[in-house]
Amino acid sequence: MKAHYGYEDGSGSYYITVNTEYCATCDGKPCTDACVQGIFAREEDDFDDEIVVVREDARNSLKSICAACKPQIGGSRSLPCEVSCKQGMIAHSW
Amino acid sequence: MESGIKQVDYWRWSESRWTNPEISDWKGGLVTAGIDIGSTSTQAVIFVDGKMYAYSSIRTGSNSPDSALNAVKWAMDGTGMTQDDLNFTVGTGYGRVNVPFADKTITEISCHARGANYLYGPTVRTILDMGGQDCKAIHCDEKGSVTAFMMNDKCAAGTGRGMEVIANLLSVHVEDIGDMSFQIDEEPPPVSSICVIFAKSEATNLMRRGWSKEKVLAAYCHAMAFRVVKLLEREGVEEDFAITGGIAKNKGVVKRIESLLGIKALEANFDTQLAGAVGGAIFAKEFFEKAARKREGK
Repeated sequence: MKAHYGYEDGSGSYYITVNTEYCATCDGKPCTDACVQGIFAREEDDFDDEIVVVREDARNSLKSICAACKPQIGGSRSLPCEVSCKQGMIAHSW
Repeated sequence: MESGIKQVDYWRWSESRWTNPEISDWKGGLVTAGIDIGSTSTQAVIFVDGKMYAYSSIRTGSNSPDSALNAVKWAMDGTGMTQDDLNFTVGTGYGRVNVPFADKTITEISCHARGANYLYGPTVRTILDMGGQDCKAIHCDEKGSVTAFMMNDKCAAGTGRGMEVIANLLSVHVEDIGDMSFQIDEEPPPVSSICVIFAKSEATNLMRRGWSKEKVLAAYCHAMAFRVVKLLEREGVEEDFAITGGIAKNKGVVKRIESLLGIKALEANFDTQLAGAVGGAIFAKEFFEKAARKREGK
């Protein structure tokens, strides 16, 4: 399932997409540790599979929370959360 | 001291209940319930052997457990059924953890997809749920399982609450807004689609400039449609397309969404606010049967 967490406001659209297809079989869920702001959390979905979600209290502040990592783009580094998911299932819209 | 001026709640929509006349005897059947506690409204739907038997739709009060109890009691009104007759209950919606008699909670996203699959049929692939204080775009497969979703709950723009604010501002009953918004000569440009407070002050200014209520409502419905279409476009719209939630009853918004998308939404022949609770009642049946199979060692 592709879950788009985030919002759109007057300044733009700020969504993090997590495709949970591989979460249940992903050992250690490295994305939860890779994010220095700790916005990812493990949660049981409606069918008792453990998946990764964007924390509810972070969903409406992604622009400011993720700003800490954004300046890294432009060099050789990518966003830590995107890199940590070996299946490439995490993406930012901005 | 009484002022003698009667206050009218223009935002107040009609509460409702229904019992299926085709089911004369529910006793001995598998009775399951879905309780959807939203930010604005609460629905209780009761299924007997997988068929909708009764429902109620009421305004959510300040206390979610009471809202759940009131909704289920009203749905059972006149049926002879009591809470003890429920074999399995699923709580869903924003207040799902506050349903005191729920056997399990399921997110409203899963429940809306499953409910829309039941109510509109298995061809539905994209569901736009326009709730009281949020708006969700859900994609699902032919079984009603969610394949993608996105939600806006950061602000009230594009939600039922936003429509209630405009209803009160213009002293127009919320249920009349849709029809009134078409009583115009030419479609006006939308007001702010970013924020309800901006939209409200913009609407006030437009009234001062001599715009009719109908024209302001058209501009607001247009803005709301524009806002939710942008949400839908993030993942695209796959047909068949259906709209659920209270705003689905507002033709002024629905027709403008259809016009912006170039797609016609499926017609609803039931209360569009029921989808979440219907999904809950279907899940309740599945969970009950799964547990029974497990107990029997199958």
